[in-house]
Amino acid sequence: MEYKAHIRVRNLSVSYGTEQALKDVTVDLPEKKITAIIGPSGCGKTTLLKSFNRLIDAVDGIKVQGEVYLNGDNIYGPGIDVTHLRQKMGLLSQRPYPLPMSIYDNVAYGPRIHGIRKRRRLKEIVEHYLRESSLWDEVKDRLHTPASSLSVGQQQRLCLARGLAVEPEIILGDEPTSALDPTASQRIEEKFLQLKAKYTIVVVTHILRQAIRLADYVVFMYLGQLIEHGPARKVFENPQEELTRGYIKGVIV
Amino acid sequence: MHLIRGLQDKLARISMLALALFAGLLVFLMAFGLFLRSRPILDSIPLMELLLSSSWHPLKGEFGLFPFLTGTVWVTGVSIVIAVPFSLLCAMYLAEYAPVSIREWVKPLVDLLAGIPSVVYGICGVLIIIPLIKDHLAPLFGSFSTGYSVLAGGVVLAVMVFPIIIHVCLEVFASVPYEVREASLALGATRWQTTKKVVLRKAMPGILAAFVLGLSRAFGETMAVLMVAGNVARVPRSLLDPAYPLPALIANNYGEMMSVPLYDSALLLASLLLLVVVLFFNVLSRLVLIRIERGIQ
Ligand SMILES: Nc1ncnc2c1ncn2[C@@H]1O[C@H](COP(=O)(O)OP(=O)(O)O)[C@@H](O)[C@H]1O
Ligand SMILES: [Mg+2]
Repeated sequence: MEYKAHIRVRNLSVSYGTEQALKDVTVDLPEKKITAIIGPSGCGKTTLLKSFNRLIDAVDGIKVQGEVYLNGDNIYGPGIDVTHLRQKMGLLSQRPYPLPMSIYDNVAYGPRIHGIRKRRRLKEIVEHYLRESSLWDEVKDRLHTPASSLSVGQQQRLCLARGLAVEPEIILGDEPTSALDPTASQRIEEKFLQLKAKYTIVVVTHILRQAIRLADYVVFMYLGQLIEHGPARKVFENPQEELTRGYIKGVIV
Repeated sequence: MHLIRGLQDKLARISMLALALFAGLLVFLMAFGLFLRSRPILDSIPLMELLLSSSWHPLKGEFGLFPFLTGTVWVTGVSIVIAVPFSLLCAMYLAEYAPVSIREWVKPLVDLLAGIPSVVYGICGVLIIIPLIKDHLAPLFGSFSTGYSVLAGGVVLAVMVFPIIIHVCLEVFASVPYEVREASLALGATRWQTTKKVVLRKAMPGILAAFVLGLSRAFGETMAVLMVAGNVARVPRSLLDPAYPLPALIANNYGEMMSVPLYDSALLLASLLLLVVVLFFNVLSRLVLIRIERGIQ
């Protein structure tokens, strides 16, 4: 199977002050597929994910070396508009963090920031993306209540809708189901499987079985290094590296 | 031996408990004492008249507190109007924009400001603010002022409440989860948009509590205001008029002219009012802040 690369990472090293979190990572992430980044906690998965939308820029004393190409442009190169770059990627974090406003305003937040003012248009957008994230039926009668009144599972789907509403090409998920109960997790997973028809999805997970269920492509990290990457089948069934084998067997946690 | 040690332990515990209870009760004891002592004037003049009459002539038995109440409200109001935007912007910069190194340097300096004795602020006010108002500001508006005025009191008070408001605002900003900012930034919002639409909104109850805490400090502050506000028992009509805030009235007059009937009772009533108002604001803002600290929104 041949993959068309969407994000190309080249010799990426990231350090927080003196602590090196990523060491010389080079990998291509395929377009319109689900890539799972797996590895034990503290190995740099979040750092790698957040380097794609340059959210790590905000951390004090961060140093980034190397390149990340998105559609051929180095996002760490000169002349890159970070807000524009971030708009191309929706982010789901470990726990849902709704913005301190209503359900409606949460979804409309992104479009408003990017200059959409017409109420009719905003309404359409909000409805569309709430449907897209399978939340519409549950909230259509209380769009103007605070988002914090939703259950955690609903909040995570709201965060998905909020991210989709800025029309990204890529969805980034940082262990997006780790705070959810099994049913809510399953809904997010189903969503991802549907959404990969339109979006490139990169999801960090430390649940191996989730990676097996979702992933088309797998990136295995260990202590800041990329150990192995490849099509999911190949990595899971026939890992090339000793470390990967250990992790999949559950020896390394 | 064993018995004695047990007894000692018990005694120590009981006496410490008593002291702690006493400290906790002190404020109620004070309020109660002030209330008892202001009974005489409350019995002879209706409360409404005391609060709303402008005529303060103790020798004639007239104890209208209105000029002092308005004086306090004016001075406090001016100080809050000045302090709120300055300290909020300052806290916003430190919390949201400044690199950690700058923030960790400036924070203790700001806190240091809170520890300066208020008489020093008063002196600085007399030496800097008063001449500035008298020689430059008042002529600019074509009016005369000695410089001792509502404005002078407000400015000095504003400087005094900066550190409180900034300190509390910084804590409130720090209580906003970093991930909420990330959520906004990840959607392509700028720092400023994130601060304005997300962080400020999330922090708003705490920020309001910080303002109210500053307000209660300004309300009760005595020394510095007394030195610059002019102390004329008349309802101020403009920023350049002198004012006579409540705390200054009490500090200036208690202990003198005590032979005048009801005089001391009137001053103690003024103290009681001050205590109640300051306590009310203080408790209100602290309740909000405690809730925020515990993460209840
Ligand atoms: N903001 C930060 N400041 C300092 N060190 C950090 C920060 N974030 C992560 N790290 C460090 O970088 C390493 C990788 O972290 P992370 O990318 O969060 O790993 P993972 O998501 O795989 O658990 C860890 O050792 C962690 O301690
Ligand atoms: Mg992580």
